[in-house]
Amino acid sequence: MSREITYAQAIQEALGQAMEADPAVFLMGEDIGVYGGAFQVTGDLVHRFGEDRVMDAPISELGQAGVAVGAALAGCKPVLEFQFSDFATLAMEQIVNQAAKLRFMLGGKVNVPLVMRFPAGSGTGAAAQHSQSLDAWLAHVPGLKVIQPSTPYDMKGMLLAAIDDPDPVMVFEHKLLYKTKGEVPEEAYRVPIGKAHVAREGSDVTIVATSIMVHKSLEAAETLAAEGIDVEVIDLRTLRPMDTATIIESVKKTTRLACVYEGVKTLGIGAEISARIAESEAFDYLDAPILRLGGAESPIPYNPVLEKAAVPQVQGIVEGLRNLVTGRT
Amino acid sequence: MAVEVILPKVDMDMATGKISKWHVREGERVAKGAVLFEIETDKAAMEIEAPADGILRNVLVGEGLSAPVGSAVAYIYAEGEAVSAAAVKTEAPKTEALAPTKAAAVVQPSSSKDGEGPRATPLARRLAKEASLSLSNISGSGPRGRIVAEDVRKAAEKPVSAPAPVLAPAQPDDAIHKLYQSGSFEVQPVDGMRRTIAQRLTLSKQTVPHFYLSVTANIGKLMAARESLNASAPRDAEKKPLWRLSINDFVIKAMGRALQRVPAANVTWAGDAILRHRVSDVGVAVAVEGGLFTPVIRAVETKTLAAISQEMKALAAKARARKLVPSEYQGGTTAISNLGMFGIEEFTAIINPPHASILAVGAGVERFVPVNGQPVLATQMTCTLSCDHRAVDGAVGAELLQAFRSFIEDPLLMLA
Repeated sequence: MSREITYAQAIQEALGQAMEADPAVFLMGEDIGVYGGAFQVTGDLVHRFGEDRVMDAPISELGQAGVAVGAALAGCKPVLEFQFSDFATLAMEQIVNQAAKLRFMLGGKVNVPLVMRFPAGSGTGAAAQHSQSLDAWLAHVPGLKVIQPSTPYDMKGMLLAAIDDPDPVMVFEHKLLYKTKGEVPEEAYRVPIGKAHVAREGSDVTIVATSIMVHKSLEAAETLAAEGIDVEVIDLRTLRPMDTATIIESVKKTTRLACVYEGVKTLGIGAEISARIAESEAFDYLDAPILRLGGAESPIPYNPVLEKAAVPQVQGIVEGLRNLVTGRT
Repeated sequence: MAVEVILPKVDMDMATGKISKWHVREGERVAKGAVLFEIETDKAAMEIEAPADGILRNVLVGEGLSAPVGSAVAYIYAEGEAVSAAAVKTEAPKTEALAPTKAAAVVQPSSSKDGEGPRATPLARRLAKEASLSLSNISGSGPRGRIVAEDVRKAAEKPVSAPAPVLAPAQPDDAIHKLYQSGSFEVQPVDGMRRTIAQRLTLSKQTVPHFYLSVTANIGKLMAARESLNASAPRDAEKKPLWRLSINDFVIKAMGRALQRVPAANVTWAGDAILRHRVSDVGVAVAVEGGLFTPVIRAVETKTLAAISQEMKALAAKARARKLVPSEYQGGTTAISNLGMFGIEEFTAIINPPHASILAVGAGVERFVPVNGQPVLATQMTCTLSCDHRAVDGAVGAELLQAFRSFIEDPLLMLA
């Protein structure tokens, strides 16, 4: 039975079903208990599962991450909520040097089955320290898995897959997506990590987009369709491990590639996608330079006009793609 | 180590450049960013800046000589650095003097050398290889002449036996010379601009299906409006009026508005698609010594008559000085050619590709016209629109011309 719920409700439903199914699953984070989470994602879960399984944590991201790594080593399945993804910087030691490394350094004798949830992205007027998209940072680290679901359906299915996963999984949730709605089945189901999704089929150009940029790209694709430009939109969904095969197949069909992402353009996920295509068999199918549309080389401004200008918007995607396809770039 | 001074590519399709002037003499000091030399391309002259501070030495290409794009034309040495012959690549660029009595031969780009060659996308390269086509025989339609897959597909479709398009005269140059008595003529070399005009307009007349529409407009109201707008122009500190509108400024504006009124005519033919443009970019033919340029006024519909007038004056001055840059003459969907100042009453013009039309504007002529059965003196102007039938059909062209006439006959409508 499927019905329409929000992205935030999809997360809450996945968390509730995982906790019902497995007593090893517990939640931790700042204000996730009685307050229900900074973005009301955990909601009333504390009333259903109690304070032992929905734990309010003190304001120390490094401490929380350390607890999560330790609990995961001891057989629990912690799901840690960061209030803002920007605060991942505070927990880098535990994420990068411990969670990502221990399985390898201990010869596979342990696993670190934790999940960290990161509300990310700009558009809420929260300024430079609360608006970043640091997904590519963590995707650089072997030993981590990094996912960025863009729809309520994928969110629920991928979060359940992340909780099942024996390795640390970083979940980037765009804050502007929390209130978006979509069809979601009531029962528990899994959407595999590491598999991209063709959100729209097209023949003239491939967009590989992440998170909220999937929706902006789909909107741009509709405008371009009216001009006779048929855009294929791939929702990358997982940054690490990346599903290069789906992108290669698409580029071989469309002969053109654009990467659209909110993180800073330079050394961002678009650089990795571009390089993989340039290194692959799809290179010989490229009929135009690869286009990257990413965030500006700037901290996210507080001024709402500049804030919008600092990340790709629909009009810019339309113009960039139009130039790419009509041979002006 | 001495810094190479490279002959840059400043224009699309540019294979060679002629150095028309060195601003710095050999042995003189030069500052980075200062104008070092000027190159003359097919369409314009461009000033090139020094790439480094130092002393200019080893000038390999003198004034009046041309060299391939990308070749070194001189070196800049650091202060006190020994001038070594080794710093200069042993392979001097091919230079060619332009003999004053003979048309300049076009120097082929050195595309046969290893590692060089035409720009092409990976897909175009693969398709050309599969079709056993040489990229050097394919002309690129992409930015900066890049060959894209579509160019290769078109080249592959062309029957092998088809003769290359004939651009040269039917008889060799010598044969034409022989038709006239020796000594009865002077030989004027064909410069880059002349060659470009010859090639582009021949291509247009041979490949673009032209049709023509004429209309005669009463310009009495326009003349009155022009007089009163010019009389009311504000004056600067030296008491000079800030603008002096010409009839052509009204024509440009009216064309810009008419294209917005009839968007189906604001198009360009792009082979397998028609580009429908959102803004009215209008080219204006400017006669210069030895040829003509067509600078483009962008987004005409958004500009006031005074702004159009000032921009046109500036572009015309740059055209006459041959200082237009490609971004000032490329693009546009239509152009205006006005020969009214020569008393020409009407004529037809050749479309300047990739434009879809061109408007030939004649002189204002006083005529008696019947009004309610009585002869009334009116000033009339005849305009003829040439259209590219591939992109613009007769009815669409007629609509455009009708809209244009309504604006010309009553310029007040352009304010709406």
